[in-house]
Amino acid sequence: MSERKSGEGAQPSPVLTRRRLVLGGTLLGGALVVGYAATNFGAVAAGALSVGAVDVNPGVFGPFIKIDEAGWVTVINRYQEMGQGTHAGLAAIVAEELDADWEMVRFESAPANAAVYRDVTMGIQGTGASHAIAGSWDQLRQAGAAARAMFVQAAARKWSLPADSIDVRNGIVYHLASRRSETFVDLLADAAKIAPPEHPKLKDPKDYKLIGTEIVRRKDSQSKSNGTELYTQDVRLPGMLVAMVAHPSHFGGKLGSLDMSAARKVPGVVDVFEIASGVAVVAKDTWSARLGRDALKINWDDAKAETRSSDELRALYREIAKGKTDVTGAAFQTKGKVDDAFDGELFEASFDFPYLANAPMEPMNCVASVDGRRVKLTFAAQIQTVDQINCALAAITLPGMVEIETLPAGGSFGRRGTLTSDYIVECVNIARHVGGGRPVKLVWTREDDMSSGYYRPMAHHKVFIKCDEGGLPIAWRHNIVSQAIVPFGANELPTHGVKNSPYLSVASVVDAKIFTPKLAVPPGLWRSVGNSQSAMVMEHTVDLLARRAKRDPAEYRRAIFTKVGDVRKLAVLDLVCKKAGWGSPLDAGWARGLAIHECFGTVVAQVAEVSVLGGNLRVRRVVCAVDCGMAIAPNQIAAQIEGGVCFGLGAALYGRITLDHGIPQETNFDAYRVLRMDEAPAVETHIAPSKKTPTGIGEPGVPPIAPAVANALLSLTGRPTSSLPFVI
Amino acid sequence: MKLNVNGDDRDFDGDPNMPLLWVLRDHLNLSGTKFGCGIAQCGACTVHLNGKAARSCSVLAAEAQGMKITTIEGVNAGHRLLVAWVKHDVPQCGYCQSGQIMQAAALLDEKPKPTDADIDAAMSGNICRCGTYRRIKAAIKDAAGVA
Repeated sequence: MSERKSGEGAQPSPVLTRRRLVLGGTLLGGALVVGYAATNFGAVAAGALSVGAVDVNPGVFGPFIKIDEAGWVTVINRYQEMGQGTHAGLAAIVAEELDADWEMVRFESAPANAAVYRDVTMGIQGTGASHAIAGSWDQLRQAGAAARAMFVQAAARKWSLPADSIDVRNGIVYHLASRRSETFVDLLADAAKIAPPEHPKLKDPKDYKLIGTEIVRRKDSQSKSNGTELYTQDVRLPGMLVAMVAHPSHFGGKLGSLDMSAARKVPGVVDVFEIASGVAVVAKDTWSARLGRDALKINWDDAKAETRSSDELRALYREIAKGKTDVTGAAFQTKGKVDDAFDGELFEASFDFPYLANAPMEPMNCVASVDGRRVKLTFAAQIQTVDQINCALAAITLPGMVEIETLPAGGSFGRRGTLTSDYIVECVNIARHVGGGRPVKLVWTREDDMSSGYYRPMAHHKVFIKCDEGGLPIAWRHNIVSQAIVPFGANELPTHGVKNSPYLSVASVVDAKIFTPKLAVPPGLWRSVGNSQSAMVMEHTVDLLARRAKRDPAEYRRAIFTKVGDVRKLAVLDLVCKKAGWGSPLDAGWARGLAIHECFGTVVAQVAEVSVLGGNLRVRRVVCAVDCGMAIAPNQIAAQIEGGVCFGLGAALYGRITLDHGIPQETNFDAYRVLRMDEAPAVETHIAPSKKTPTGIGEPGVPPIAPAVANALLSLTGRPTSSLPFVI
Repeated sequence: MKLNVNGDDRDFDGDPNMPLLWVLRDHLNLSGTKFGCGIAQCGACTVHLNGKAARSCSVLAAEAQGMKITTIEGVNAGHRLLVAWVKHDVPQCGYCQSGQIMQAAALLDEKPKPTDADIDAAMSGNICRCGTYRRIKAAIKDAAGVA
């Protein structure tokens, strides 16, 4: 991607480079395309990646469960806990099959080791595409059931009773008839001698006592409320130095001239040196590093930098979508014969989206030490395997020699999942220069974080639609302009939510293309990725089509879903309409807007109540219906929907990173406005009952809110929305 | 200089112009107070100075001298806000929550029975990117014993 974030000096070996590309492809193909058969390849590659790795001793109950003498059942979480509450769902799956006492269940982070802790679909260790629960469902049920069977077998031997007469409840193994019972702790040594069964019997979901109940709650609420949770920012190690980096003011800029003499004289500053991504100041504490950085005198070389402004880029994107530039479109869905399908009267709409920052509360940071070929990282890793590979390239070592202790993240929303490991490699480069295994904490200010790129890419969508007499689409032309988030393969992520949408399925002719301009601004993964833009385009367009056909928006969608046989969307639509009182009167000045979108296998519908009284756009209530397969942790499903609505709403109302001659203008929360408490709507979450394999919940709450608000505004004012944010 | 933090007099011999936030975090090993924005826009670094909520990123060490400084570490483990926060499973990523609780504690000290409007007015300077606002509000009302 951008030169300003590439690895330092060292020439990567061709083998490692190739491996990185292949694995990067596995990650995104595997994570984001359901059913991609990466598993076998992943197993081989993961083995190769683990050479030199710290051994993971799986213990008697396997790599996901530890049970100790105090009776604690510890579930090992291989995913990043960045707020999405994954740990609670994972722990519940294990505890359910194990019949453990929920109060005695806790969790800890897995070490980085793809051979043991890769996600079975992604083929590598990492967190993305709201996949943690879906990717663990079979594996963790089996792990829990196998451990339970070991305790039952141990009790059967000890009591000389048949195993099938022995039961387990809340961590107590018992035989009802003889009134014998022992705890997991009592039986621990005996159970450890039993070979785990290969195919343990799993529970019938009708017997679940924990899964799907309000008993399943977060395990970290206390430590995250009383200030004791340890984040990357809080790490203190003996001899640790704190680093800040001066970065080029433009994307693609380079160091021109540097005068570090004043910076070196700042008390507390230990060293100042150039690295690939800028100029590093290493100091005894954060404030000294900050003062040292402020004292640097730097001229940047912007000869190859991006110096265009957002307005110019927006105009360029519109030209690209019209096919008027040398950026050619690649088809991502075609159906039927175009011939004269788009002759005659067409509906046209276009949408502009700005760059958006992820802006998690904890700015990017990392702790690294480099001792020869050993690299040790302590930070909130999100895609451990990719980080290991990128850091190995930077430090000229093997990925397995890059040890990662994963801490919880103070938010990520995709920012910690960048495929270049930008800030992590930066920290490794600094620690390598410091050397001797001395730990260095890289601290980014909010301004560093917000102007670092890896934004949700700017995008433009243009649609041309022909409808039948009933107003339903019969021909759909769709052009998307967006940078590629993954720098190889098809530019697929921005097409998510458009490709194979029911609105395209109902049409007999589809002509959908994506245009991929190349810019030095690094694009990144932003919670729900392409879906957050495509939901706005598809759901607002459908409301406009319904209005054109003088049909009720819910009834119009119902007609399409019925025609294409999308039974899940039909059920979720009916649920949300019922709970929101769709069609019933609202008080004067308020209107409802509806949107429904499938994201990473989960369908979410939202009805927003909106007003523009007094010129202020207000959203007071959002009713949500969700089909995420079988619900594991309903309280956390609600939390993710509540949070997703706020995240998506703040972005839709205010979010934008504006480039002025290439320089990001919004670099802190004074200019980058986000949702605050007085603007947060009441969110109601209704979960559609399902017996299907669970799907994700961390991201799918985000996409529908922008179009739900746009559709309510359409109903209130009659005016369509063609760009975000709503409030300029 | 001496800084009175959570009832103890602590020695600090660094730069008197260092923001209190970094004194607490880097020098007094009190890392519950978080760095979020550095310009008093997000509230993650909220502490109490003489009982009033303040953004520690924008108060210099010298200015805090002679004041009673209270951080999240100085909040009693059984405090009704901490209990309510856990009861409502408020945190997601959790990074902003100690600042939220310090802000809420100052609110309840001033207005033991806050209205929704009081809560909005007091809490809207504290950003939560995970969007836990409604649970924060519910937890404050629960702790205050208002419906």
